[in-house]
Amino acid sequence: MALIELNDINKTYNNGQPLHVLKGINLQIERGEFVSIMGASGSGKSTLLNILGILDNYDTGTYHLDGKLIKDLNEKQAADYRNRMIGFIFQNFNLIGFKTAVENVELPLYYQGVPRKKRHELAMEYLDKMGLSPWAHHFPSEMSGGQKQRVAIARALITRPQIILADEPTGALDSKTSVEVMQLLKQLNKEDGITIIVVTHEGGVANETNKIIHIKDGIIGKIEENTRHEAWQGSAMK
Amino acid sequence: MRELFHEIGSSLRQNKLRTALTGFAVSWGIFLLITLLGAGNGLMNSFMGNMNQYVSQSITVEGWRTSKPYAGYKENRRIHLDTKDLSYTQGKDWEGRIRGVITATTGTSLTLTLGSRTVDGWMEGKMPQHLEQEKLQMAAGRYINQGDMDGCRKVMVLSLAQAKELNPDEPEAIIGAWVSAGKIAFRVIGIYHTDEQSWRRSCPIPYTTYKAIYDPSDKIESITFTVEGPRTLEEHQAFEKEYGDAIRRRHSIAPDDQRGIWIDNGYTQNLQMSNASRILQIAMWILGLLTLVSGIVGVSNIMLITVKERTHEFGIRKAIGAKPADVLKLIIAESVSITALFGYVGMLLGMVACEILDKTVGQKGVNIGFEEIKMLVNPSVGVDVAIEATVLLVLAGTLAGIIPAWKAARVKPIEALRAE
Repeated sequence: MALIELNDINKTYNNGQPLHVLKGINLQIERGEFVSIMGASGSGKSTLLNILGILDNYDTGTYHLDGKLIKDLNEKQAADYRNRMIGFIFQNFNLIGFKTAVENVELPLYYQGVPRKKRHELAMEYLDKMGLSPWAHHFPSEMSGGQKQRVAIARALITRPQIILADEPTGALDSKTSVEVMQLLKQLNKEDGITIIVVTHEGGVANETNKIIHIKDGIIGKIEENTRHEAWQGSAMK
Repeated sequence: MRELFHEIGSSLRQNKLRTALTGFAVSWGIFLLITLLGAGNGLMNSFMGNMNQYVSQSITVEGWRTSKPYAGYKENRRIHLDTKDLSYTQGKDWEGRIRGVITATTGTSLTLTLGSRTVDGWMEGKMPQHLEQEKLQMAAGRYINQGDMDGCRKVMVLSLAQAKELNPDEPEAIIGAWVSAGKIAFRVIGIYHTDEQSWRRSCPIPYTTYKAIYDPSDKIESITFTVEGPRTLEEHQAFEKEYGDAIRRRHSIAPDDQRGIWIDNGYTQNLQMSNASRILQIAMWILGLLTLVSGIVGVSNIMLITVKERTHEFGIRKAIGAKPADVLKLIIAESVSITALFGYVGMLLGMVACEILDKTVGQKGVNIGFEEIKMLVNPSVGVDVAIEATVLLVLAGTLAGIIPAWKAARVKPIEALRAE
């Protein structure tokens, strides 16, 4: 069985007028893949990402993550699965402002009940991997966008999740930093074999991944195997 | 636990001014509660202390003047208790209900002389039990004992004030000296305490000696006894009425004439006093708690705003694995921390205020005519109140945090992440 298996997923929002956002999504993602989900705004890609990240429920269909059926979980179970199986990377970083870089990285382990010292050691190790050890005790407001996103990546990696979900990870970064961040994700996939799913509307970003899944109006269109990886110079060059 | 405190610490530091303002409301509430309770205790201590000089667990009956004509007698008749009343009280009618009956004679005013110095005295025949009953404290020597009674000894107990008048340099040295009272000399056997302000003239001699020398009649001044059985205020009042009616019948006093005899019931007074003190205490608690409520509402209000402002942060926490219970715990712990921390500050300040009260108002006496009393005696709160206040603070903090925490725990992560 694939790491992620979606079977005929449907999702309707009922805010006044019913809005059928996902109309039967079927998708399989294998362990170690580096894929992007591409679509315009309103295509349903964010909803799909939220469902993949167990941040939202779906109405019908099935979602298996690492063989486990993810359906109708209570908040506690959902939190536990998110904590252990999924690492999030957000467009706007979502670091906690009054915590230092290392404290932010430690936080997922805090919710796992890992002892303070162990937690700190691990967090330092991951920050070091991101080349941020000298910034460990700085607050997010004292760092650049690229540094913040690398702190967020360290936080996503620290629990050794099954998948990394990145929602427009370069959306708030300049082109040079965007390239750096994508290189970093590529390297994590290649060297550590981490499964990464990137949601984006930028062709340049999607082009860095090995498989591009196009979504449009709530259904999956074309799935491209992407091996060429044209030299990408950031969104400014698009 | 340590992690939780760390979390709270950093979020409180985030908003120093807000934390301080919220804390002030709680501090103020607890400060007032402690100060009120302390002052209330001081007031009660003073009240009790002053009353304790006069009230004992016993009943004393004395003859008085009638206020109504009855059974052929005119009003304003002087009633004298006599030895027949004494034996009636000791008799089988009251067996098992009345114990420890003692009696005292009427008094005689006379001048005590030692060498060239003199002092006024009010000589009364008393029994050994009066030491306890009148709550006298011996400054030196002893009180009248049974030997004095049996031997009709000519011995006398003086007040400290009288001893100082007669022998200013060394009042205690007067013990053993013979002091003349009128034509008869009495040997001083003891001195009882009088505090700085009060002036007591009473100089007790043995009841038997007094009867033999001054008053061969069967008249007596008072009958004092303890009772067995009644417990509640109502029972004591019923007993007092039953005994009073019997004495009124014996002296042909109208049953509804309250003036004929005078009954000093220490039991009912004590019960009424402890009732009064309890009511005062409850009133203080209610006042203090009401003040504290505004503090709690303040904390709750601020926590609600905090939760609203931190919605995005809770979204992040939940996305990376915080369970609803974790968020709930965080907010309640934060609320309890603010309340407890500032509550303790308020409690300390309240205790300081009690100390200041003790040093200022507590030291001032108020003249109530025959003596000076202190308004507040030892206004302070005990360890029990401190513990109660601690429990109260934790409860208050939890209460204040519960609604905000509930709101925070229910935040949906996707909605929270969208919030800015």
